[in-house]
Amino acid sequence: MSDNLSIILTAGLVATAAGLLGPFLVLRRVALTSDAVSHAVLPGIVVIWLIFHTRAPLPVIGGAAVFAILCVLAIDALKGTNLVRGDAAIALVFPALFSVGVLGITRYASDIHLDLDSTIYGEIAFSPFETLPIAGVEIARSIVLLSGVALVNILLVVLLWKEFKATTFDPEFSRTIGISPKLLSRLLLVAVAITAVTAFESVGAILVVTLLIVPATTAYLLTDRLWLMVATTLAIGWISAVAGYWGAVSVDASIAGAMGLVAALCFAIALFVSPSYGLIARSLQRRRRSRSVQRELALAVKPQGAGADT
Amino acid sequence: MRSTAETLAAPALEVRRLTASYSSRPVLWDVDATFPMGALSAIVGPNGAGKSTLLKAALGLIATDAGQALIQGRPVKTSRDRVAYVPQRDAVDWDFPITVREVVEMGRYAQIGWVRRVQRSDQTLVADCLERVGMAAYASRQIGQLSGGQRQRVFIARALAQQAQVMVMDEPFAGVDARTEADILGLLQELRNEGRAVIVVHHDLGTVRAAFDWVLLLNVRAIAAGPVADVLTPETLRRAYGAAGGLETEEQEPRWAA
Repeated sequence: MSDNLSIILTAGLVATAAGLLGPFLVLRRVALTSDAVSHAVLPGIVVIWLIFHTRAPLPVIGGAAVFAILCVLAIDALKGTNLVRGDAAIALVFPALFSVGVLGITRYASDIHLDLDSTIYGEIAFSPFETLPIAGVEIARSIVLLSGVALVNILLVVLLWKEFKATTFDPEFSRTIGISPKLLSRLLLVAVAITAVTAFESVGAILVVTLLIVPATTAYLLTDRLWLMVATTLAIGWISAVAGYWGAVSVDASIAGAMGLVAALCFAIALFVSPSYGLIARSLQRRRRSRSVQRELALAVKPQGAGADT
Repeated sequence: MRSTAETLAAPALEVRRLTASYSSRPVLWDVDATFPMGALSAIVGPNGAGKSTLLKAALGLIATDAGQALIQGRPVKTSRDRVAYVPQRDAVDWDFPITVREVVEMGRYAQIGWVRRVQRSDQTLVADCLERVGMAAYASRQIGQLSGGQRQRVFIARALAQQAQVMVMDEPFAGVDARTEADILGLLQELRNEGRAVIVVHHDLGTVRAAFDWVLLLNVRAIAAGPVADVLTPETLRRAYGAAGGLETEEQEPRWAA
């Protein structure tokens, strides 16, 4: 497989795995969870170093995943107490975990180069160079791992489509019909944690957070059906992957940066020109409405003093 | 095990010694009440009387300090299929990318079961329920495009799709115009006439007197419960609403169409 194709496929798989979950994160207003995960994994890396003395990718992904799951479940539990709001819960949990990681490094691993950038955050440009032999063919490790994650996410969302839809839209009602919003929320967040950690290792943190949130938010502005929102999210993710790669190569710049920028551009376009919810559509609607109201008011001027009261 | 006859004779909803609180303040104190089958029942009382809390506690949606709730003589946990809940309208995000039809389909989810898809027979039933509340023409609309009254109808259609014998509704008339209120009331009376129980949290004593069969007058404690004419006396109203008793209009929200 050529390096070009390998890189595009890696980004596309991240877009797929993330794009299946992103819409639910956006609709549940927990979009920043993925950002929290990107910092909360640090203690996992330290723990793996302390136990196994390794910075090899697979054990690091494992250790990071444990703390990523811990992070999202702690956020969920904290929110569940109703004492802390969602945004504050996120901001409470991940700095705490990050601090634990920093303390761990300074206390036990100050003599080695151990940080997020050198261990878990990958660089998509290098993703074709790490390969695994699959049926005699060398395939990029990122493609193998991310295919697995994407497949699990597809199964999760397809099989539990109704349950995710109901608990996202109306959690209280879902409870009365025996579908536990808590269980579905945890399933979703664990999937986000595993997706994020695996993808961090292949493409770095920024691109993961971008692909989890930006395409879904863009799709939210463009559609009013949930399945269409997911489909649009996936399409925008792939557009970002392909166009971003092409852009990065043609100006010789960061691939992840270019992909993130394309995604942000897609959002900006939707924000202004979305036919139903865009800013331009909204201002046109407002102008049209105000004009028609003024016309009606002008017509409805009552002939004052014409004896209506007498 | 209970016999069928006993189940039939059992009240739609019975709460026994129900006590619930938010932090340290009791919202419900030792409430005993029954609501019969085949009746249109109201739960009325001043703001903060615990009306919505009573419904949520009875359905197991919030933790209680003491007491229990029975749906047709059985604990709520084992009778999820017998009761349909219509939450307050502001309980959901109306910008959610979902159509009217999809919301009503949720009423079938419990019967369909986990993982399985919505069947054609469910879709037929959903169409019938939309027809019944007069929303068939709006089936493919995104829910945010509906007026307050239409949203309420969609919620009622979802409850109808559950085919439950007991329907409990939290403030279905809040913020709907008088005509919609009359339409919905007519529909609830039809359901009552079919033998179901409809239990509604409400705060307009006028409509309760005119259209309901049974009432629980609540102010943290159960003040009185029974047939409307017996319960809503000046004396009980004074106990529920305080010294100014019977200030029924004070509790009404301003209503443009009235």
